[in-house]
Amino acid sequence: MSASTTRRIEFIAVAVIATLLIVVFPLLNSAGVISNFTLNLWGKYLCYALLAISVDLLWGYTGLLSLGQALFFSLGGYMLGMHLMRMIGDLGQYRKPIPDFLIFLGWTELPTFWKPFSSFPFAAAMVILLPGVVALVFGFLAFRSRIKGVYFSILTQALTYGGSLMFFRNDLLMGGNNGFTDYKFLLGADVRDASTQRALFIATAVTLVLVYLGCSWLSRTKLGLIQRAIRDGENRVLFSGYAAAGFKLFIFVVAALIASVGGALYVPQVGIINPSEMTPDKSLEAVVWVAVGGRGTLVGPVVGAIVVNALKSWATRAYPDLWLFFLGGMFIIVVLLLPGGIVSVPGRIKTWWARRAAANAANSAPVAP
Amino acid sequence: MNFFNRTVRLLAFAALTFGLVAHAADSARAIIAKAALAETPTQRIETITSLIGSGDESIAGLLAAWKEDALFVYTAPDGSKIPVQLFGDKDDKDSQIATRVDSGKPLLSSDGKSLRLVASTLTAVEHTSALRRAMKAVLDLLDLSTPDLKKRISAIQTLGFAQDSEKLAALQARQKIEPVPSAQRALREAIALIGLKDASAEVKLASLRELTALHTIGSADALKAALADAEAANHPSLAAAARLALNAVESHLTRVNFFGTLFRGLSLGSILLVVALGLAITFGLMGVINMAHGEMIAVGAYTTYVVQNIFGTGLALSPFGFSFHLPGMNTGGWLYESYFIFALPLSFLSAALVGIAMERTVIQWLYRRPLESLLATWGVSLFLQQFFRRVFGSNNVQVSSPSYLSDNWTFHDIIFGWNRVFVIGFAALIVLGVWLVLTRTSLGLLIRAVMQNRNMAACMGIRTERVNMLTFGLGSGLAGLAGAFLSQIGNVGPSLGQSYIVDCFMTVVVGGVGNLPGTVVSAFGIGLADQSLQQILLNPVLGKITVLVAIILFLQWRPAGIFVTKSRSLEG
Repeated sequence: MSASTTRRIEFIAVAVIATLLIVVFPLLNSAGVISNFTLNLWGKYLCYALLAISVDLLWGYTGLLSLGQALFFSLGGYMLGMHLMRMIGDLGQYRKPIPDFLIFLGWTELPTFWKPFSSFPFAAAMVILLPGVVALVFGFLAFRSRIKGVYFSILTQALTYGGSLMFFRNDLLMGGNNGFTDYKFLLGADVRDASTQRALFIATAVTLVLVYLGCSWLSRTKLGLIQRAIRDGENRVLFSGYAAAGFKLFIFVVAALIASVGGALYVPQVGIINPSEMTPDKSLEAVVWVAVGGRGTLVGPVVGAIVVNALKSWATRAYPDLWLFFLGGMFIIVVLLLPGGIVSVPGRIKTWWARRAAANAANSAPVAP
Repeated sequence: MNFFNRTVRLLAFAALTFGLVAHAADSARAIIAKAALAETPTQRIETITSLIGSGDESIAGLLAAWKEDALFVYTAPDGSKIPVQLFGDKDDKDSQIATRVDSGKPLLSSDGKSLRLVASTLTAVEHTSALRRAMKAVLDLLDLSTPDLKKRISAIQTLGFAQDSEKLAALQARQKIEPVPSAQRALREAIALIGLKDASAEVKLASLRELTALHTIGSADALKAALADAEAANHPSLAAAARLALNAVESHLTRVNFFGTLFRGLSLGSILLVVALGLAITFGLMGVINMAHGEMIAVGAYTTYVVQNIFGTGLALSPFGFSFHLPGMNTGGWLYESYFIFALPLSFLSAALVGIAMERTVIQWLYRRPLESLLATWGVSLFLQQFFRRVFGSNNVQVSSPSYLSDNWTFHDIIFGWNRVFVIGFAALIVLGVWLVLTRTSLGLLIRAVMQNRNMAACMGIRTERVNMLTFGLGSGLAGLAGAFLSQIGNVGPSLGQSYIVDCFMTVVVGGVGNLPGTVVSAFGIGLADQSLQQILLNPVLGKITVLVAIILFLQWRPAGIFVTKSRSLEG
């Protein structure tokens, strides 16, 4: 198969799936064929797929196993969550114009840093800015001192851990361990309304398709080539005269933004954000999705996020006690036996088939006396 | 009212000066019996007041019974009157066993049988409000003479903080006979504190001087009040003395905080060292990112729990639908308390076995893929956590500290918990042990050879597979030992390991991977930094976050940790 046919097949597949997600599913939902619950669940999976792509962009393509993606995901979520909290207005339990948890903490007025979040454009800008700046600063420090490999993983894990510790505190004024919940309105529409949820689903699907196409384009550029070169031999890239740190920093920030946008889309669909989303465990879980789906590909993380989470939704209901055994076992098995993930299965079968055919041909060939 | 107060005070003084001798002859019970039979209320009050200075344990119960109308006078057939208490269950005639107040023994009839009496047929010993007040004075001062030192000191301190001048006489009387220096000190403090409320400026000054010399932390509030009073009364010399005393207390407090922080930092550092030492071997020497290291700690902690229960009443477990009972040895006393000594080697062994099993099944395939060892071991960690939940339940389990670990020792107001002192000593021991194993045994030589260059070691005929397995077992076993210790300090639950894993990795990375002395230095450095920041920021979580940020910045300065293992290899 030539490269152009592969591209054509990929293009057709993406187009079909995009139409399914953006047009067909929402239509079926409004027709009543797909329940609101299912659509909402799938909306959540698509947000997770965004998170998975951000992990894969770093791990699969650049060789940086970041355990900080859950931090960026929830930071994005928190930024939009603040806007959603403001939009509750005085419909909270206390009927006061500021969020309930602030009243609970003894505040009578809105703290200054909350004020601008009444505006949606500001909150949306913060979804990009805050995780972007955090990633930029942390990435700059980490890559400048050439922290790589497992050290990078451990440091990002510590960053996430520090972040969750911070958000668990009440005096950060971000809701403490209860986080934000009980949203009412987004852009004037009732968040809990089926049509709003459908719109959010479509927005998530569109974002996912755009991110997919963007990353796919990125991986074909020269930058994508350097990215993979860094993964396979960073020193050689350095010796060839490329400033690897700059490339890594760029990818790290882009990945943080993808995760953050995923988080921002996640919060209004799920209806809650709290610091438990920010723990290193959540980052590791996202890494499982990528590993299961197949890293180093763009389809892999999406498939992995959807498959693992669908499995989780089913298993936590059917076998609540066994889910962690499943997850842990899946991790060990994929790492040991199937490093390429699910998407590598067809290729493996094909090689196996070809080898068998070759062996058969060799056997049936006449043997010279 | 005032009259009674004065009487009580006078009587108290009289009792203290003269009665102290008297009560040595008459037991407290006899005095109460005498009071119950006294003819006039004044005599009664006088007799009760003579109890001041006695620390007899029967007083509190008897006086309480008296106040509740549960003290009766029984008139014997020969006309003699005996005060009694009634105890035990009522029978069908409502009668109960009678006990003599004066001896505490059962009341016997003339033929030597114990008598049963009916409460409603007896007259309760009466009590007036003045008598009750006298009783309260006795009860207030009762603990001053109790043989229990801790209780005595706390009673003295309570009296001192109340700053009630009525209690001064009793305190001074006690001061004359108090044999224990720490109680003497408390008495001096209490008397000086009461002196702060005295009317005369001289007594106040003397008290302030005394408090300056004592500089006890507890006196700070009273001193602040005294300073405010002196300033309000415009009395410069008193205010200056109060300020001096306050400064002495504050500088003492600073010193106590400093050394307390130092001690807590050392003990936290030791904990970090104990938990991270195993990781320094598995991660530092072998290069395996063992995310299940925390669960190895938990294995050790749960082993301690199981051993404790085997020494105790046994343990019923019902994992995965099965249910079985571990029989207990039902030991008690020192034998039960020695369970911890047995738990230490067993927790090492069990964690080492789990570690070896993990190495054989999962890790041995991943030596060339460190990032993937992180993922696979995280899978193992999830697996083990859920396993703990299924076997031991998702709540924390109770591990009791043996008495030789649960006490503490106060030295100049700095509290040294024995478990923390023990953990410092223990950390020193296992560091020494690990160092000896690595440098003085043939296993250590093999370990170092394989870790330096696996291929070369294999070429020299070393069975690297076996060495890997044993090294991993050693690292995991050390984690298990750490778990046995953490069971004495914190909670034991399924997520025990999760709370330490980030700290463990930080300690090893800061120390310099593959460098055991570095791990020691970084453990104590992080421990001290954490505790001092908590002291400065007054917030444990903020302190922890600051430490994390500091570590990230520190790695900017020294990316390979404190001690760098020098290498000419490009990938170092």
